[in-house]
Amino acid sequence: MFGFLLIMPKVRHYNNQKYRVNTDMYNETVMEHFSNPKNAGEMKDADAVGEMESPECGDTTKIYLKIENDIITDIKFQTLGCAAAIASTSMATDMVIGKTLTEAWELTNNEVVNALGGLPEKKIHCSLLAEDALHAAINQYRKKQGLKPW
Amino acid sequence: MTKSTPAKIIYMDHSATTPTHPDVVKEMLPYFTEHFGNPSSLYRIARESKFAVSKARKQVADVLGCTPDEIFFTAGGTESDNWAIKGTAFANKDRGNHIITTKIEHHAVLHTCEYLEKEGFEVTYLPVNEYGIVDPDVLIKSITDRTILISVMMANNEIGTIQPIKEIGEIAREKNIYFHTDAVQAIGNLEIDVHEMNIDMLSLSAHKFYGPKGTGALYIRKGINIGSFIHGGSQENGHRAGTENLPGIIGLGYAIERATQNISEHNEKISSMRDRLLDGIIETIPDVHLNGHPKQRLSNNINISVRGTDGEALLLMLDMKGVCVSTGSACSSGEESASHVLSAISVPPALARGSVRLTLGNENTKEDIDYVLDVLPPIVSRLRALSPVNNYSQ
Repeated sequence: MFGFLLIMPKVRHYNNQKYRVNTDMYNETVMEHFSNPKNAGEMKDADAVGEMESPECGDTTKIYLKIENDIITDIKFQTLGCAAAIASTSMATDMVIGKTLTEAWELTNNEVVNALGGLPEKKIHCSLLAEDALHAAINQYRKKQGLKPW
Repeated sequence: MTKSTPAKIIYMDHSATTPTHPDVVKEMLPYFTEHFGNPSSLYRIARESKFAVSKARKQVADVLGCTPDEIFFTAGGTESDNWAIKGTAFANKDRGNHIITTKIEHHAVLHTCEYLEKEGFEVTYLPVNEYGIVDPDVLIKSITDRTILISVMMANNEIGTIQPIKEIGEIAREKNIYFHTDAVQAIGNLEIDVHEMNIDMLSLSAHKFYGPKGTGALYIRKGINIGSFIHGGSQENGHRAGTENLPGIIGLGYAIERATQNISEHNEKISSMRDRLLDGIIETIPDVHLNGHPKQRLSNNINISVRGTDGEALLLMLDMKGVCVSTGSACSSGEESASHVLSAISVPPALARGSVRLTLGNENTKEDIDYVLDVLPPIVSRLRALSPVNNYSQ
């Protein structure tokens, strides 16, 4: 029970994709993003906020966006979760800052995992949170603009 | 991680394993090289090995209050549990197919019982109260005329709760049902007498009391109808074949003698450190909950839930400070939800996810306690600040 065996989540679309998988341990990039996360914190005057809770493990991520001319000019996040959830959200926020909303929308958790140099196989599902929370934030913004959500 | 390796390691995970004591290693070493003889052979160096195994068997028997021929060496606690449960289940099939255990057993017991269910046995998993204690009345009610075995652990590995073993043993004896207890966490922490406690089988593991890994023992009361577990040679009186793990057995014997010499003094020393650590944590960190019984628990065990944090994140941040602990949170545990023990004592998921276990041991010092009390609060504050769920004004 108290070991480090990790669960294989019953999750959806990532099973068909190829991920870089570290079999058991977190690599140094993951540990760096976990211990010194980029863009961590709250944003009081955000233009859009997206929050997502993982159905697998209850991890929760909230992403705040500052948007000017369709470009993400600032981003913050908060995560209650394991190291994989924190590190992948940190990496994802870093990857979309300065990008257009279209570009940000297209960022997949696969790209985030690869940018981190891989995650343990059973922690891949933790990286979906960032993608989902980002999508929620972008769609909230689109709705505010009177646009159809993607 | 390699960039900032802490200067000192503070090991607070003694329920996972303990360091083999240097004196134990010293006792073991000659049995790798000088006294390497196979105890089954007939020449002098082999007789020396055989004599050493007998001595270790007596050391274990003396601690449990049984005779040496009731002690069988195994490869550890998991094997002992497997043997006790499967061995009696299959051998007593004609008497019945019902086994009673609890929801908070170690997986060595739980998964063995689940296997037996597939083999046609019926298993009752007794509930426990909010502190993790089995109610003997509930046990009595679950007994049927088909019940052949009761298996209840002596002390829980996660929350340290101590079960009313003597009472359970009495019930089993009265009903003429075999009683097995997993005492892996109890050796060195609780006084044990298998006769007084009416125990028919007892599992133990050397690496939990400063002995080597890969060595354990099963006490089997004389007259118990149990099958052999590993078939082959005539070792362990024909019940557990395979050339003996000679150094391991020597280490186990010496370690159990060492660990049980002064249990009450040990408990006093460890529990006073434990209480200071627990009180300190509760005083400095808001919204911390103790899991398990406040008093009826192992002297070295702290299991707390820190609301608004994740156990794995806590563990890894403590590790960066050189402090080794465990967690029962879902995302690190291999379970679909949080630890089965925390679920059984009805810890809500939001609290279970932030659970950490600190288990103290002989080499921990007052300075270690101060150090943990120093580093833990800022880690909790950091994780809570990072969390979107709670608003803690730190």
